[in-house]
Amino acid sequence: MQKFTTFTGIAVPLRRSNVDTDQIIPAVHLKRVTRTGFEDALFAAWRLDPEFVINKKEYQGGRVLIAGADFGIGSSREHAVWALRDYGFDVVLSPRFGDIFRGNSGKQGLLAGQISEADAETLWNLVECEPGVELTVDLVSKTVRVGDLTVNFEIDDYTRWRLLEGLDDIGLTLRDEARISEFETKRESWLPRTLPALSPESSSINLM
Amino acid sequence: MTNVIPTSTRISDTGLRTLAEKVWDKHLVTKGEDGTPDLIYIDLHLLHEVTSPQAFDGLRLANRPLRRPDLTIATEDHNTPTLAIDKPIVDPTSRTQIETLRRNCAEYGVRLHSLGDIEQGIVHVVGPQLGLTQPGITVVCGDSHTSTHGAFGAMALGIGTSEVEHVMATQTLPLNPFKTMAITVNGALREGVTAKDIILAVIARIGTGGGAGYVLEYRGEAIHALSMEGRMTICNMSIEAGARAGMVAPDQVTYDYLKGRAHAPRGADWDAAVAYWQTLATDEGASFDAEVIIDANELEPFVTWGTNPGQGVSLSESVPNPAEIIDANERSAAERALEYMDLTAGTPMKQIRVDTVFLGSCTNSRIEDLRAAAEIIKGKTKAEGLRMMVVPGSARVRIEAEAEGLDQIFLDFGAEWRFAGCSMCLGMNPDQLEPGERCASTSNRNFEGRQGKGGRTHLVSPLVAAATAIRGTLSSPWDLVQDGDQ
Ligand code: SF4
Repeated sequence: MQKFTTFTGIAVPLRRSNVDTDQIIPAVHLKRVTRTGFEDALFAAWRLDPEFVINKKEYQGGRVLIAGADFGIGSSREHAVWALRDYGFDVVLSPRFGDIFRGNSGKQGLLAGQISEADAETLWNLVECEPGVELTVDLVSKTVRVGDLTVNFEIDDYTRWRLLEGLDDIGLTLRDEARISEFETKRESWLPRTLPALSPESSSINLM
Repeated sequence: MTNVIPTSTRISDTGLRTLAEKVWDKHLVTKGEDGTPDLIYIDLHLLHEVTSPQAFDGLRLANRPLRRPDLTIATEDHNTPTLAIDKPIVDPTSRTQIETLRRNCAEYGVRLHSLGDIEQGIVHVVGPQLGLTQPGITVVCGDSHTSTHGAFGAMALGIGTSEVEHVMATQTLPLNPFKTMAITVNGALREGVTAKDIILAVIARIGTGGGAGYVLEYRGEAIHALSMEGRMTICNMSIEAGARAGMVAPDQVTYDYLKGRAHAPRGADWDAAVAYWQTLATDEGASFDAEVIIDANELEPFVTWGTNPGQGVSLSESVPNPAEIIDANERSAAERALEYMDLTAGTPMKQIRVDTVFLGSCTNSRIEDLRAAAEIIKGKTKAEGLRMMVVPGSARVRIEAEAEGLDQIFLDFGAEWRFAGCSMCLGMNPDQLEPGERCASTSNRNFEGRQGKGGRTHLVSPLVAAATAIRGTLSSPWDLVQDGDQ
């Protein structure tokens, strides 16, 4: 996972609230066997409408999604975060997130920053007046800057630290790799191993 | 959780520990601080084709190795056909999942038992059968019924795809501590009453959310009188009570089952292992966070009437009347369930006619289950128009059954004798119910559409399944005795 400090990218205004994970990625798109390639599934139902915001030319290459309250509620599918990441989003700003979605985001390197309703409105207006405008998101100071405007966002300290360090769950555990190796040296030798493969035919029954 | 008795707050400084706590402590790599989870070492990781592909892909993307291929094993089960297993799989999604598993296992050096292999079968049948599932170990699998392995006194947890990846990369899992619940089953089961009836009665008692946050330990005479197969049936369905895991302390029955199995310890290792296993039982005087007590003598063959495993009654009772249910949520759930199941309150369960009987799934597809059902149907005739499908849990169970002539008993009876897999338990392969079709099933989930769109499932034991196949209506072996008397 990449370390996240500050970056600048095109903002996309999504003036909708209660966007649940079924809308972020409809269930029919969950059949893939890979972790990537979900970009076309993002908001698949809404994208059928050519007027839908991310279909517009000005917003191509968007990296910061500004959404209404309660973004990412509903079913816990991790694919919702994968789809946003695959499409190219690095940040979602919203006045409130679904809990599981927010947790999944931090683990996959997607910054879910909480802003006030008023700031969401301000950012929407600003971006809509100047489509394609770039925002600078600074995780160190927890701010979003565009022109003269600076808006604060909230993110819990733990997730912020992980994003700054670029640690996914596995990376976090592997910081304790020495402890895992040490634990392994103390495991009893008779504990089961799957390799080499033994089958009843290949093992002599113990007659003791 | 109305029927769970909370016991006094756990006194942690007595030093007395339960089975679950002992296994947990033994696997602690790092103890979590300030609310962060504990890091727990995983002794055995089981894989199948549905929940592993994205985990493998995640490893690949992050360029990480699979840490312990020697503690990992894979089998094909959820999607595999149970007929014509030598032909290509028709459904493209199923085929892709299976092909992806084969590629991934080859790339990462994971042992795989593919369709056609003698050790292929439902992942929760394969682990114990090979002797890989042992007392006191930690087992995980990207499947909720991993709790099955707790029958050996292992801590067995079902996990999600990102956790599967985590175990592949680190052989550990960050886990939050759990609460403990004792399910004590006293007395002895009557003839014709089985492990399945115990667990269905437990879930009906505590509800599908009653075990949430708990590891259940099944205790008492009736539990320790069960075979390993029966204990697996019970632990398997712990998840249907919402529990994180279910366990039974190992005893002589466990050791006898394990001894001589392909991957069981041998010689001096066997003695060392047994010495450890004997320390696992819950300490006398250790306290649980909650306890449920059941009298085995009172249990009867049990059956579900609704669309979750907690909606069940004794077979001698009738379809309940939702109007008599006090809790408003449960009442409306019952009303919806009766509508979906096309049942009328007050109908005696035994008058319900079924179209199909399914004997299979990781709950009840082991050799003992097949033997028990075969013994009942032997020399009898199948009810007219009824379809019966028998799907052994693994290729080895199938071969064993054939060596004992059970296949012939099923075939003579008019049942279909299939190849091993999950089959109609979840209908990911072509084994599905038609809309409106009613099934007595030895599986573990009676959710709407689980066995096929619009299908109606009654969860039952293998004995009830067999008796139902003879009489055509939901029946227990007790009814056959009465028929014989007339
Ligand atoms: S038999 Fe059913 S419950 Fe068991 S692993 Fe297969 S699908 Fe899951």
